[in-house]
Amino acid sequence: MANLAEGADMLAAVLFVLGIMLLRKPATARAGNGLAALGMAIALAFGVLAIPLHHTLMIAIVFAAAAAAGAVVARIVKMTAMPQLVALFNGMGGGAAALVALVVMLHATGTGGRLPALIAIPGFFTLLIGSVSFAGSLVAFAKLQEWLSGRPLLFRGQHLLNLVVLLAALAAGLAALAGLAPAPPLAALVAGLAVLLGFLFVLPVGGADMPVIISFLNSLTGLAAAATGFVLSSDLLIVAGALVGASGTILTLIMSRAMHRSLFSALFAGFGQVQAGAGRLDGAMHATSADEVATLLAYSRRVVIVPGYGMAVARAQLEVKDLADRLIERGVDVRFGIHPVAGRMPGHMNVLLAEANVPYDRLYEMERINPEFARTDVVLVIGANDVTNPAARTNPGSPIYGMPVLEVDQAAAIVVLKRSMATGFAGVDNPLFLMDKTLMLFGDARESVAALVQELREAV
Amino acid sequence: MASHLLPELFVFILAVFLGLALITKIPSVLHTPLMSATNAIHGVIVVGALVAAAAAHGTAQVYLGGAAVFLGTLNVVGGYVVTDRMLEMFRKGSSPKGAPPRG
Repeated sequence: MANLAEGADMLAAVLFVLGIMLLRKPATARAGNGLAALGMAIALAFGVLAIPLHHTLMIAIVFAAAAAAGAVVARIVKMTAMPQLVALFNGMGGGAAALVALVVMLHATGTGGRLPALIAIPGFFTLLIGSVSFAGSLVAFAKLQEWLSGRPLLFRGQHLLNLVVLLAALAAGLAALAGLAPAPPLAALVAGLAVLLGFLFVLPVGGADMPVIISFLNSLTGLAAAATGFVLSSDLLIVAGALVGASGTILTLIMSRAMHRSLFSALFAGFGQVQAGAGRLDGAMHATSADEVATLLAYSRRVVIVPGYGMAVARAQLEVKDLADRLIERGVDVRFGIHPVAGRMPGHMNVLLAEANVPYDRLYEMERINPEFARTDVVLVIGANDVTNPAARTNPGSPIYGMPVLEVDQAAAIVVLKRSMATGFAGVDNPLFLMDKTLMLFGDARESVAALVQELREAV
Repeated sequence: MASHLLPELFVFILAVFLGLALITKIPSVLHTPLMSATNAIHGVIVVGALVAAAAAHGTAQVYLGGAAVFLGTLNVVGGYVVTDRMLEMFRKGSSPKGAPPRG
């Protein structure tokens, strides 16, 4: 039986690797995810066969309830809420790893004996990073869900405080290892300190850096799973955890590079520290109406549509596709300019537009669309803000200075569809809205775009 | 127990190198799905949770083990379904690479 389980683990590990390989290309990505899931099913099925049958009913009920809850929540949640859901599920994994380490360590000391180092070292390590990932992911979830402000929360001495908490947790772990005090209370102390550290670590991070943070926490959970593998002597956990930890680290670096943020500043600096020097913007916005915009669009040769989180929130992608089709019918050259982190996650806009059947070849990545803006008649900004902010190029005092943005201000005219006058998720003012060639169309993005379609239809 | 450590470290280090090598140039559309898919993969912790829960002694350990199974299962099932929903959008027929610009 043990050989069978090990064979199953090997097969599962191979399927995980193949799955990640296929996930690197859009055409095969879904199959890749399916392969990884198949590997997981195999590992679970044979894993269950290999373990002693205690508390079977309880485990079966808990497993079934969690599986149903996870599947239903993941199925019904809106596309716009995907990022926070990923954060939430990641936190669950981190919490699970910490709890497994805790149970094994309690079990090992149950007879009053001292904890063997080979369990204590990876055990306390798992407890620490699993709990940090758990608490950090919950904060990331709350921020993206807007239960907490997306603005960075900064206070004096926070890095010092984090360091003190981390050192205290490490000291407690070492004390348990040295047998200075019984392991169970020390383990509880480490878990508590690590949860505090997770909160303190993610709270200061601004909304715009959330994807990087979630990716970072994802690789932390991977590491925690690998460390649990050492606790339980499970090669499967070691391999899968190491794969996720390592690939997640690279992905985190790629993401922060796409946002032109050094990983260090994303994780530790807090967003918006230089806001104080940026100064408030003065000037007036030019409000406009749907019929004016429709006329402007109808008589343009080149139009670039820049979607952002506002389009996702209003679920306006079908109407946007409709609008693009109408304009194309009239002979207008319509393109979509996609910022790599438009929305709340890399690829967010691509997913939504694909859902609305906008063909891939109309979607232009930032590097390809930026040179086009100078020869564009109208840019239609639909609920995007920070990714179009010219201050990122021109104002060294701006907190987003240096972030690559869509250079929409180069176009002849800009129309911004916006719900209200509020600032974007990063909490930064956008001088684009005050430019003389910028027109503001206030209102729900879906209703505004539907009104544009209606006006175009009547104008024929 | 000690005899396990070296082979385990060996496997761990190789898997780390494999994970680093696997991720090279990924189109930005796939960053989120890839993160989400690997998120589901570390849900493999549920296997460890099952082992820990089955071996639990006493009320506290049973509750903690049960909680671990609950969280781990949410991670693996939810993570997989969410990723699948994201990737559902990449339908057949639409070419994955952008065609050259018109005109």
